[in-house]
Amino acid sequence: MNAREIRQLFPILDQEVNGHPLVYLDSGATSQKPRQVIEAIEKYYREDNSNVHRGVHTLGTRATDGYEGAREKVRKFINAKSTEEIIFTRGTTTSLNTVAASYGKANLHEGDEIVISYMEHHSNIIPWQQLAKQTGATLKYLPLQEDGTISLEDVKATVTGQTKIVSVTLVSNVLGVINPIKDIAAIAHQNGAIMVVDGAQGTPHMKVDVQDLDCDFLGFSGHKMCGPTGIGVLYGKKQLLENMEPIEFGGEMIDFVGLYESTWKELPWKFEGGTPIIASAIGLGAAIDFLEEIGLNEIEAHEHKLAAYAMERLSEVEGMTIFGPKTANNRAGIVTFNLDDVHPHDVATVLDAEGIAVRAGHHCAQPLMKWLKQSATARASFYLYNTEEDIDKLTQGLIKTKEYFSDVF
Amino acid sequence: MSFNNLDTLYRQVIMDHYKNPRNKGVLEDDSLTINMNNPTCGDRIQLTLQLEDGKVADAKFEGEGCSISMSSASMMTQAIKGKSTEDALKMGHIFSDMMQGKEYEDDIDLGDIEALQGVSQFPARIKCATLAWKAMEKGINEG
Repeated sequence: MNAREIRQLFPILDQEVNGHPLVYLDSGATSQKPRQVIEAIEKYYREDNSNVHRGVHTLGTRATDGYEGAREKVRKFINAKSTEEIIFTRGTTTSLNTVAASYGKANLHEGDEIVISYMEHHSNIIPWQQLAKQTGATLKYLPLQEDGTISLEDVKATVTGQTKIVSVTLVSNVLGVINPIKDIAAIAHQNGAIMVVDGAQGTPHMKVDVQDLDCDFLGFSGHKMCGPTGIGVLYGKKQLLENMEPIEFGGEMIDFVGLYESTWKELPWKFEGGTPIIASAIGLGAAIDFLEEIGLNEIEAHEHKLAAYAMERLSEVEGMTIFGPKTANNRAGIVTFNLDDVHPHDVATVLDAEGIAVRAGHHCAQPLMKWLKQSATARASFYLYNTEEDIDKLTQGLIKTKEYFSDVF
Repeated sequence: MSFNNLDTLYRQVIMDHYKNPRNKGVLEDDSLTINMNNPTCGDRIQLTLQLEDGKVADAKFEGEGCSISMSSASMMTQAIKGKSTEDALKMGHIFSDMMQGKEYEDDIDLGDIEALQGVSQFPARIKCATLAWKAMEKGINEG
């Protein structure tokens, strides 16, 4: 793949910020959108807009076909067995909350355990904290090894016969670590627990096959994978979803409504109360088409190369600390770092003056920050439109940052 | 934007307060303690205030954060010490106006604080500068 050519497909990247060509290194927070995704959303509103699953009229059919067509694209994208297993949500947070509130509340009791890891994003921590409080279950944390990875020995030692849910991220949004989900899922299943996967940082960047991973639930977000905000996916195994109660009630999700009792639609619609996010689902479908045309394996290889290059170049900057594994092996396109005495917010402000966008802060992973003994860090995250030249500019920007602050101090 | 514009943010006096914070520490005894953090970025401040006879007799802060948040905390404690609580709150209003790029009253001598004026041109950093001031306002209003 040619990142320079791909870059041309993203209109937003063709601009100057603070007098410099934009270098966008914050795709971990949200990715940019290619022209074909923007056009798909625009086309829907210009030509097909209508509500789904109700209109007898032509527009209603078009909207329904577009929305359900996107569901089929998602199914194929993660290799689910059936579209009954694909629920559209608002994003990963909603997906994980749905599992906790529906499956969790119905199946967990006092004395049961939920196992997560120290590297989780807040959206894969707090739903489980709340569930533990409501049910009397115990929340346990998988420890991290010195380089920030999870060892399967620790998984075996932490997951017990009491464990009912194991929930781990596929890729850490801070360390870039790719976790051995397939092996963790096998250990969870041996102990009678279900495996939940936070795929927010995974599905945009690598081929994810839910049958191969054998995960029970997977949540991910559209906006991190070239799609629009407001749309996400909850994948769940059919036999689990069938036995789960909806958590939102109202229009769209009902079969029959009486005065005092109602019944629900079939899967997946029983979990989609209210008029769905139709345009965004169609946009996500267009994003999947786009990513698949380029190829997920190609994208993964490109980002892996960028991560290796970034670690090499950034190490040249005096006073640089890079967090997570010391090599780029098993690392996605995320490099988190700190520069000596310069606070990451100050780093981000100076880089912004050079047109370079990075993230600074706790990255919604406060327990991990505590583990790293940092109050905040700076993060550069890459996607298919980034080039080695972007990393060269980042390196130069960081050298300038260092010089700037040694001058003013 | 060039590095010259950055100089409007990172003024010498700000860097001096960052490197050599005034009133760093914790007041003991029956002082008021206010903890506040900026949940979007992880900045954190613990402010302790000694209020006596309607005056801020003493103020100290502890915390973690960027140059803007920590220097602002240092300047704020320096500015309110010895002032009446009424004047301290008034300074808080003036500071808030300054951060929003509004005209502000100048009948109270702001001293070093005026160096923070440039923050108003960096919208993403205004919350950094106002953290300590919000803690002070909360302490006086609830204390």
